[in-house]
Amino acid sequence: MPEARPSVVAAAVKPAAARQSGGALFAMLAAFVIVAPWLAPYNPGRQFDGYPYARPMRPHLVDAQGSWHAPFAYPLRLVDPIERRYEEDRSRRVTFSSDEPWFLLGSDSLGRDVLSRVLSGARLSLGVALVSTLLALSIGAFAGAAAGYGGGWLDAALMRIADVVIVLPAIYLVLALRGALPIHLTDAQVFAALVSVLTLVGWPTAARGVRGIVLVEREAEYAEAARAMGAGSWRVIVRHLLPATRGFLAVQATVLVPAFVMAEATLSFVALGFAPPAPSWGVMLGDVAAVQVASESPWLLAPAGAIVIAVFVLHSAGSGRDPLLWGRRDT
Amino acid sequence: MLFFLVRRAIAALVLVFVVTSGAVLLAGLSPGDFASQIGRRAEDIAQDRHRLGLDLPASQQYMRWLRRAVTFDFGESFQYQQPVSGLVRERAANTAILALCALLVATLLGIPAGVMTGSRRHGLLPRLVRGLSLILLSVPPLIGSLVLVTIAARTGWLPVSGMAGPASFVVPTLALALPIAATLERLQSQSIREALQRPAAMAAASRGIPGARLVWHHAWRQSLGPLLAIYGVIVGSLFSGSFAVEMVTSWPGLGALMRQALMMRDTYLVAGCAAAGAICLAAGVLAADVAHAFADPRARGAAGRA
Repeated sequence: MPEARPSVVAAAVKPAAARQSGGALFAMLAAFVIVAPWLAPYNPGRQFDGYPYARPMRPHLVDAQGSWHAPFAYPLRLVDPIERRYEEDRSRRVTFSSDEPWFLLGSDSLGRDVLSRVLSGARLSLGVALVSTLLALSIGAFAGAAAGYGGGWLDAALMRIADVVIVLPAIYLVLALRGALPIHLTDAQVFAALVSVLTLVGWPTAARGVRGIVLVEREAEYAEAARAMGAGSWRVIVRHLLPATRGFLAVQATVLVPAFVMAEATLSFVALGFAPPAPSWGVMLGDVAAVQVASESPWLLAPAGAIVIAVFVLHSAGSGRDPLLWGRRDT
Repeated sequence: MLFFLVRRAIAALVLVFVVTSGAVLLAGLSPGDFASQIGRRAEDIAQDRHRLGLDLPASQQYMRWLRRAVTFDFGESFQYQQPVSGLVRERAANTAILALCALLVATLLGIPAGVMTGSRRHGLLPRLVRGLSLILLSVPPLIGSLVLVTIAARTGWLPVSGMAGPASFVVPTLALALPIAATLERLQSQSIREALQRPAAMAAASRGIPGARLVWHHAWRQSLGPLLAIYGVIVGSLFSGSFAVEMVTSWPGLGALMRQALMMRDTYLVAGCAAAGAICLAAGVLAADVAHAFADPRARGAAGRA
């Protein structure tokens, strides 16, 4: 059977660069998840009356008279509610502190600001992915280390379980596990449910890799030296062997986080993840599931852009300046 | 080779047993069932439960199902009142067709593009292709299909949903194929560059063999190893990708059926879908491994041992 089947990208990712940037990137993403909702200009649930499907309002610096201002937009007015036609009022200016809204990325069917929802959604979408990744990697690291260091029946049992999970089609496994939970849950419950499901699916590949590294490293002289000085198994594993798996785990993180972001989006999209009105990226994409909505209001695809950016950043961090992805410049 | 195939087949059977048992047990243990849908009278619910055997404890439901399953009778769907195997077979075929088309398109786009960018470093076209690949690598099928559906709907060039006629294949196939094509392009690019730097390639070049023949005839064959090795991985990503694409484009595939079955708590249908998914994945990975073994003699030993 394949040793690990985490994602196509895993094959394209090399450890060296990720080891350098992985931890820092993880911290930055976590910081972004915490800060992003505060950057939102409006409350993600706030419905502006009379602004359904408002188009994005372009920022300006110079007004109609040719004088300069801090960035502003011209307010929109709904002139035809049936055709949802808006008119720009060039005589006034709006900023984020005006009474009238400035929809930088447009508004949705209920007149909610898309930008605010995308930023607030980072906490749910990226948050689920980050927490699940952290848990999956921790469990995988300890299971793998225990299997590799302990050997015997523990090794056999853990690796058989890991193998079964690895050969299952991941998305069907996630679906079946999610389906076994009640359909209707609160946001916090969904968060916990998604994290547990994704952790269950994600730990085996990490465990397999860590086991392989530990099997080699435990025979190394430094590990033997630690044992000779009377260190117990626990200390040898935590102090000496797990640090050797850091690079591998960093690469795994750059593979798992994008995969989990997509898993959340897919599950919420099919109404098995977060439920409206929670501003998760998957829930927001669910709004454009109707073809007509997407084609009339393409700005509602903004969360798709957020996902692509997040995935791109993580992939580039994983590959760094790795020749496989960027093309070698040395010859 | 035969021994290897038999071993794989037995492993697949065990897998199907584990998956279906898991699905049926999980459904039996979790709250709610098919009969208890919203807005029904209590006596109707009780009657349905009794008729479908849902009033039994989870362990007994499982034993009843298992007794039939060993004769390859996977029960009836609650909602369709048809045998699960028939329903699943039809939908699984649709998913498999989509996946095969995507694999074919990805291969036909990715490999030549990779050979091109790998053998020609400078110039506008290789740069463009390389940049496009890097972007497409980050556009998962869910996003890709949403964007393509939006474009198709705005322009009216292509049908946006369902499975009817060749034109309806374009959007789902492309959404599924493009990120894989990008992966193949990057890998092929890397491996052909390495093949061209080998002494053998240099010797061929010094004998005066022209560039195109050198690339395609000498280097390309050597560069195929790592590429074929990745196909097993790609089969897995096709699966998760096709679920998202099926949802967006209303493709009548396995993923759509499984989601619907889950929402309706149609236990045996869920189990059937999960089993079909596991079989398709196992078969796909097996096919990839066999192809790899045929193309690369060094992989044969590994495949035999697996």
